[in-house]
Amino acid sequence: MRKMLAAAVSRVLSGVPQKPTSRVLVASCNYSKDVTFEIKKCDLYRLEEGPPVATVLTREDGLKYYKAMQTIRRMELKADQLYKQKFIRGFCHLCDGQEACCVGLEAGINPTDHVITSYRAHGFCYTRGLSVRSILAELTGRRGGCAKGKGGSMHMYSKNFYGGNGIVGAQGQIFEAYNMAALWKLPCIFICENNLYAMGTAIGRAAASTDYYKRGNFIPGLRVDGMDILCVREATKFAADYCRSGKGPIVMEMQTYRYHGHSMSDPGVSYRTREEIHSVRSKSDPVMLLKDRMVNNKLASIEELKEIDVEVRKEIDDAAQFATTDPEPPLEEIGHHIYSSGPPFEVRGANPWIKFKSIS
Amino acid sequence: MAAVSGLVRRPLEQVSGLLRRRFHRTASAALQVTVRDAINQGMDEELERDEKVFLLGEEVAQYDGAYKVSRGLWKKYGDKRIIDTPISEMGFAGIAVGAAMAGLRPICEFMTFNFSMQAIDQVINSAAKTYYMSAGLQPVPIVFRGPNGASAGVAAQHSQCFAAWYGHCPGLKVVSPWNAEDAKGLIKSAIRDNNPVVMLENELMYGVSFEFPLEAQSKDFLIPIGKAKIERQGTHVTVVAHSRPVGHCLEAATVLSKEGIECEVINLRTIRPMDIDTIEASVMKTNHLVTVEGGWPQFGVGAEICARVMEGPAFNFLDAPAVRVTGADVPMPYAKVLEDNSVPQVKDIIFAIKKTLNI
Repeated sequence: MRKMLAAAVSRVLSGVPQKPTSRVLVASCNYSKDVTFEIKKCDLYRLEEGPPVATVLTREDGLKYYKAMQTIRRMELKADQLYKQKFIRGFCHLCDGQEACCVGLEAGINPTDHVITSYRAHGFCYTRGLSVRSILAELTGRRGGCAKGKGGSMHMYSKNFYGGNGIVGAQGQIFEAYNMAALWKLPCIFICENNLYAMGTAIGRAAASTDYYKRGNFIPGLRVDGMDILCVREATKFAADYCRSGKGPIVMEMQTYRYHGHSMSDPGVSYRTREEIHSVRSKSDPVMLLKDRMVNNKLASIEELKEIDVEVRKEIDDAAQFATTDPEPPLEEIGHHIYSSGPPFEVRGANPWIKFKSIS
Repeated sequence: MAAVSGLVRRPLEQVSGLLRRRFHRTASAALQVTVRDAINQGMDEELERDEKVFLLGEEVAQYDGAYKVSRGLWKKYGDKRIIDTPISEMGFAGIAVGAAMAGLRPICEFMTFNFSMQAIDQVINSAAKTYYMSAGLQPVPIVFRGPNGASAGVAAQHSQCFAAWYGHCPGLKVVSPWNAEDAKGLIKSAIRDNNPVVMLENELMYGVSFEFPLEAQSKDFLIPIGKAKIERQGTHVTVVAHSRPVGHCLEAATVLSKEGIECEVINLRTIRPMDIDTIEASVMKTNHLVTVEGGWPQFGVGAEICARVMEGPAFNFLDAPAVRVTGADVPMPYAKVLEDNSVPQVKDIIFAIKKTLNI
């Protein structure tokens, strides 16, 4: 009660207008506006210089990143729950543990840049602008999903975001892409989220060289601490500048970790130890690392961050409620969207007497 | 081999509760074996019989197989015979084909046949065509196997049926087992065949138990490639299917039998070379034909059957046009109601049969 009173009083006294989008209490001079942090130096390949080893984190950005990562974390955990309750079917690849990669990436690029990724895409869907609601409703296969229920977990798209792709791992193809990108100096950042395991196989058993940032051969690369969002952001900015300046492609390996198995069908403990998972969670959790930084350097208070947690939880719960109650797409739409920009035509169903209409 | 249906942990399988514990029983209490265990048994026996046989693919060794089909094999045969590969289909399929050319007998597993598209050049151009191109000098005794077609909720990129794609190519043999006995007999024949054989399994069938007749329990049990089986005798209509839909056809036949309609259900077992003789003989008896498959209608297995019947002696015996029951002509949608309507259901088969019979 006293705390609430004190907060209310300080709010009045500070005269700072409250942010309309959140209920975070803006206190007066108790918080730093920004703090400079030292970040880990990236390993460099074919690069004279790399990203800076120190960066400024503003309070505003810190809160934004915290909220985004916490949202993704909670969204993935909710997806885990919904999957076990059989609201989500098929394949479901969760990215909890890897939040700093997608949030940090987005912090270093523009919304007008183009992003494409693999099946472990839910975090990117969020950072690329899809709402939690539309993501969860897509996972549960409802009409309110971002792909109207037709795509599912691995096939979610938005503006300048090309999914979500189910068929991956073609190592030959990446080398073809490297060659052409380098040949034609394409402004392309090739990112490897190295979470140490290729499905159920440890990278040491799958790769002749696990220095993925060097695998671009003639393409420069950097290896980034993917659990530190500031490291990811700075490395991304550096890589983006490199590309935008016309120098050609660059490879970025983000060292990260996934808490879940490869997918919801994989417990993830037959090829890793629980001790390893626990160790990463307690020492390198990206959400925790940011939180500690902010609290220890007075960029935010514990209470403030807890408030954000509450907000996030509510947003996720609301989204899950929607995702489990929204109706499935109507059967009449089963044939839609086969072709783009064409006149309607007839689509054959399971036998010649079942017909559907296809509209572009 | 003990019956383990329903009790086995299947981490990477998405099987609806209804399908998991389906049994096909007869009066005598014979051995019950799941399709998964039948394939495992078949591979185990062939690995034991011929040291040139080996298995490679993603997660086949230490993980015991993504769908647990190769469970226990790495423990028994070790690194040299059961090989985990990186996620590089084009690469390891090429390595497998090379090994076959040099005299080994590889079993190359694709985690699903959707991923085989990454490697399809090796299957077709390096494996299928080589014996022909070399005028008989270079055989390629390889087996490509893995789950094919729709599963449950795995959406567009993971649900495609490749029976028509592979069935199209001379030089390849393509088999498609339905039950446990099919699975064991066909994998063994495939491994012993000196030609490239594609075995299209079905993920939803892996956990289904079937009665395993005595002869299937033998280490020399083989099912000839290129021979269909009449699963159920009938007089009114010939219903031809492969893989999981065979079960749906038998269900439809049971329902229709109560109405006095007796269906003859043919389990194709082999897509290529197709046993058109068995189909023709049946059509000449029943005068009606319905084909059933999970794949898309255009240029599919059913289309081929209908075309061949038109071109052969059975045409004159048809009292009605032949009809195909297939998957819907759309990329597989994710939402359950849409997915359910994208695969052939028992009701669709019954409807087609009645229409054909003008009932």
